[in-house]
Amino acid sequence: MKIHEYQARELFRQYAIPVTDDILCHTVSEVEQAAKQLNRMVVVKAQVLTGGRGKAGGVKLARTVDEAVNAASKILGMDIKGYKVEKVLVADAVDIQKEYYVGLTIDRNTKSVLFMASAEGGVEIEEVAKVNPDAIHKIPVDPDLGMTDFLARKIAFKLFTDPTLVKQATGVFKKLYQLFVDTDSSLAEINPLVVTNDGKLIAIDGKMNFDDNALFRQSAIEALNEPDEDEKKELEAKASGLTYIRLDGNIGCMVNGAGLAMATMDVIKHFGGSPANFLDIGGSSSPQKVIDAMNLLLSDKNVKVIMINIFGGITRCDDVARGLITALDEMKVDIPIVIRLSGTNAEEGLRIIKERNLPIVGSLSEAAQYAIKAIS
Amino acid sequence: MSILINKNTKLVVQGITGRDGSFHTAKMIAYGTRVVAGVSPGKGGQTVHDVPVFNTVEDAVKATGANASVIFVPAPLAGDAILEAADAGVELVVCISEGVPTLDMIKATNYLKKKGVKLIGANCPGLITPEESMIGILPGNIFKKGKVGLMSRSGTLTYLMVNLLTEAGLGQSTCVGIGGDPVAGLYYQELLQMFQDDPDTEAIVLIGEIGGDAEERAAQYIKQHITKPVVAFIAGQTAPPGKRMGHAGAIISSGSGTAAEKIAAFEAVGVPVAKLPVEIPQLIKKLLNK
Repeated sequence: MKIHEYQARELFRQYAIPVTDDILCHTVSEVEQAAKQLNRMVVVKAQVLTGGRGKAGGVKLARTVDEAVNAASKILGMDIKGYKVEKVLVADAVDIQKEYYVGLTIDRNTKSVLFMASAEGGVEIEEVAKVNPDAIHKIPVDPDLGMTDFLARKIAFKLFTDPTLVKQATGVFKKLYQLFVDTDSSLAEINPLVVTNDGKLIAIDGKMNFDDNALFRQSAIEALNEPDEDEKKELEAKASGLTYIRLDGNIGCMVNGAGLAMATMDVIKHFGGSPANFLDIGGSSSPQKVIDAMNLLLSDKNVKVIMINIFGGITRCDDVARGLITALDEMKVDIPIVIRLSGTNAEEGLRIIKERNLPIVGSLSEAAQYAIKAIS
Repeated sequence: MSILINKNTKLVVQGITGRDGSFHTAKMIAYGTRVVAGVSPGKGGQTVHDVPVFNTVEDAVKATGANASVIFVPAPLAGDAILEAADAGVELVVCISEGVPTLDMIKATNYLKKKGVKLIGANCPGLITPEESMIGILPGNIFKKGKVGLMSRSGTLTYLMVNLLTEAGLGQSTCVGIGGDPVAGLYYQELLQMFQDDPDTEAIVLIGEIGGDAEERAAQYIKQHITKPVVAFIAGQTAPPGKRMGHAGAIISSGSGTAAEKIAAFEAVGVPVAKLPVEIPQLIKKLLNK
């Protein structure tokens, strides 16, 4: 789960990580008020759940209230990578002496929280990683010890020489780690963390992602979620035990298991087709799940053919077949369907489907080719 | 021979009184797995499918000599269940539960490493040494004893592959579902080495998917340490960036973790990568006949 910059800043404040003053605005007139209230140079920043806002023109410096109004009228309503800008943050613009990058993430290889720090802040860290990977210090944090004073200090000395800055940075690093573990975060970045002209360390942008698997114990974080239209559909699907991701093709897929669902999409693509979605109906397949899945597939108007690929393990093929038959009885399906079933109770499943004269094929490759042919 | 489990493995099932735990205990017993104990706090003294139930893993291990554990408890409790199993002294813990918080897995993997206990999963289908022992939720009937070792981040895709192998007359030594989470127990490198050292394994199938760089690391490891033939398949070539494809770990983030990078990494070290699952048996036969 992702949150907006303004939400990340609020969490930083709760953990006493220094952040520039800011006011969230939804309209141009709110921006005018905010600029007057802050009463100095400000930055107007688009609040969208994607990176690259600056490059897209979604972040503008404003010296006067008029400039802030002008910037806001350009940014509000703007489209950034498919996200419409519906709110902007008006933040105090500080005098920057130098910018740094600080981030925490999960490291799959060391199986730990990884602290990353770089003196090359302000730019996208992925770029730094590609061009100059040695400029990023990476330090795994021992899960038993957490962010100790010495470790925070060690990292601080990699970035700063001035003892007062080292002291400030040590505090920020410890607080950021605490925030990360307290909220079951999967990514927490301050980029940039800046040194101001008067020698203060302050965060002027922040990004946080969270572990979806831990939201059950993070109700305050879950409340910050602002899903877009596609994500709402994904969340609805999740509530009925389905994992759904919409894509832009026209072959609707229904598969059990995430790996098999991905492989199914790949095979479709291999034969020149285009999958309309990723849809994993999961392990235990009650007939109701299959009905929900059919509804989901048919709600996408781009879907011109449905391809069902089931390998029964815990999933029983006869359950899938019964759900499919019920779905076909309940709803109007006027597009072709092709089915591949094997594994647990496949014989019974195939018998049920054959009674309805639905096309059954033996292999995944055949299924993909059948689906492509059906709509060409 | 085989790796990790065999007919002598004595299993304790954590969460045996739950719906999934009970169902799959019956399946494992039917396959021939030696299920010696179950654990369900507060239900000690009961039996499930004639298996004695204990309140703690420690009690179960003391009473039965169980040396492996499988976990079917709900995800919020699974991290603690892994710790309990390791603390009780089993050698292998297999966590089936899906949706375990990553920070719980970091804590668990760290503790198990210190204790010298092996972990498979979480969010995995388990593992099987065909015709000897099956731990988890794998459909036993599709597996056949043989010489191919297999490891995979996916469940049902593994079944599809195994079915193809068995139909082509290629039996398996041991098949391990390593799970779809970003932080998990045993991974490619450890398993590659075990298969390399296992005299009964003649070829290795590695089924990977998008997300992380474990496949790239595996490719490097193969180049340096593995002399047996390896073939690979990578799922998710058509997956869009930034979206979790069902598995918590299957995500292309910041442009890295793509299928193309992983395929290139394997091909660069001479590991053939199947474009379609159906090609896997042929690729293995070709390498074995060399």
